[in-house]
Amino acid sequence: MTHNTSGNRHAVSTRIWHWINLVAIVVLFMSGLNISNAHPYLYWGDWGFAPEQAWLAVPRFPGWMTLPDYYSLAKARDWHLLMAFPFAFGVLFMWIAMVWNGHFRRDLKTEKREWRWPAIRADIVAHARFDFTHEGGKYNFLQKLAYGGVLGILLPGMILTGLSISPGMEPTLWWLMDILGGRQSARSIHFLFAWGLAGFFVLHVALVLLTGPIGHLRSMIAGGEYEPTNPPFAKTDSGDAA
Amino acid sequence: MSFLMKRRGVLLGSGALMLGACSKIHDSEGGARFFEGVDDWHMGLQRALTSRNALAREYAPEDISPFFRGNGSTDPQNDGYPEHVAQGFANWRFTVGGLVERKLSFTLDQIMRLPQRTQITRHDCVEGWSAIGQWTGPQLSTFLDLARVRDNARYVVFRCADDYTQGRYYESIDMVDALHPQTIIAHRLNGEPLPVRNGAPLRARVERQLGYKHAKYLTGIDLVASLADIGLGKGGYWEDHGGYQWYAGM
Repeated sequence: MTHNTSGNRHAVSTRIWHWINLVAIVVLFMSGLNISNAHPYLYWGDWGFAPEQAWLAVPRFPGWMTLPDYYSLAKARDWHLLMAFPFAFGVLFMWIAMVWNGHFRRDLKTEKREWRWPAIRADIVAHARFDFTHEGGKYNFLQKLAYGGVLGILLPGMILTGLSISPGMEPTLWWLMDILGGRQSARSIHFLFAWGLAGFFVLHVALVLLTGPIGHLRSMIAGGEYEPTNPPFAKTDSGDAA
Repeated sequence: MSFLMKRRGVLLGSGALMLGACSKIHDSEGGARFFEGVDDWHMGLQRALTSRNALAREYAPEDISPFFRGNGSTDPQNDGYPEHVAQGFANWRFTVGGLVERKLSFTLDQIMRLPQRTQITRHDCVEGWSAIGQWTGPQLSTFLDLARVRDNARYVVFRCADDYTQGRYYESIDMVDALHPQTIIAHRLNGEPLPVRNGAPLRARVERQLGYKHAKYLTGIDLVASLADIGLGKGGYWEDHGGYQWYAGM
């Protein structure tokens, strides 16, 4: 777990967590959309129970998006509550592993110089040209921002908002609900973060497909060295298509 | 590469299979038992992290929501309930039975003369909405003390007056929640007699669980050693007929 310090090798902890987390998140998201159908209104503050108090009337999610594929709040909750365990303990495990094996410090922590606008702009320009190669096997700034945002904000945020909308946790986590602005605010944030993760998922899969999906899959499953490749239509600085 | 393609195919295929198989797993007997186990893990974890008598948040009067929504039964029409409404519940009785030393029966007047607890709490429906209200009534533990619960009693079963399509509503909680200080038999909401839509004349408040545990239209409680012989054996109307979780702390 600690000797994967070179190149693009994914640590075994990263690889195991990645796939468990994928299964957990897909089930949590699809059962969550079924749960949303039970009362498709979102509120801010502590309470809310009627459409006129809602800041958002959520569209009804069709069966192909939900788990089970017909409306069942009870069964959707069963799946949601089941997958909450591998999800929450998995994120906790990944954070411990990431700090322990140096993945966080080495690959995800940003440097002060990376936050300078010219550097960020150069990164955005490269991405806009579909040029995804970067030196030394390190993540570039936008990648760090995306992975850091997911691992640091969205994933823990889902766990904390999920816990704080549970009435059984309230005697212990009332302070968390206060920070989040009340139970219905926590529920709204839970919903928004879920869609944030869905957005990341789409972007993540699209970029994997553009930069050599077979190599990516091989490195995330078997743990081999892998450098991303550019799609044929990429415009690199030297003018070559990679 | 073809090996990897296969592996990817297997991954994607097993993903689709897994989602497709979900409802099959769920409908099997073993699947149902498995998910009851998941419910138990949540209860175990929540109770390990929360002390036995830790209180749910109590709010200030200005936090009370302008209306308290009714859900489920909001106007029962069965077995003389409308007549009780017409009589102002003058002949309503609340009984304590099952595994107790003394079986008891209370009128509403007698219940109002017991020590009262008033609490402003948030009600969270399993569907997702919340409302805040002020509830008044004796603690459930007061009734249990008066009736002297036998040692082998493990659950309190709430008996209700309202019929659903598949029979009478009922619910149950274990002794941890039954003896919790905020578990009360409420007869007032926001200082007024409980409205019919919210469970007149008596309803349970089980503040650390979701709304369907807070049984309405209470006619009594029974102390039991096991839930197996009550209803279909899952401990509540929605647990029996809708597949809902018996422990509803999340």
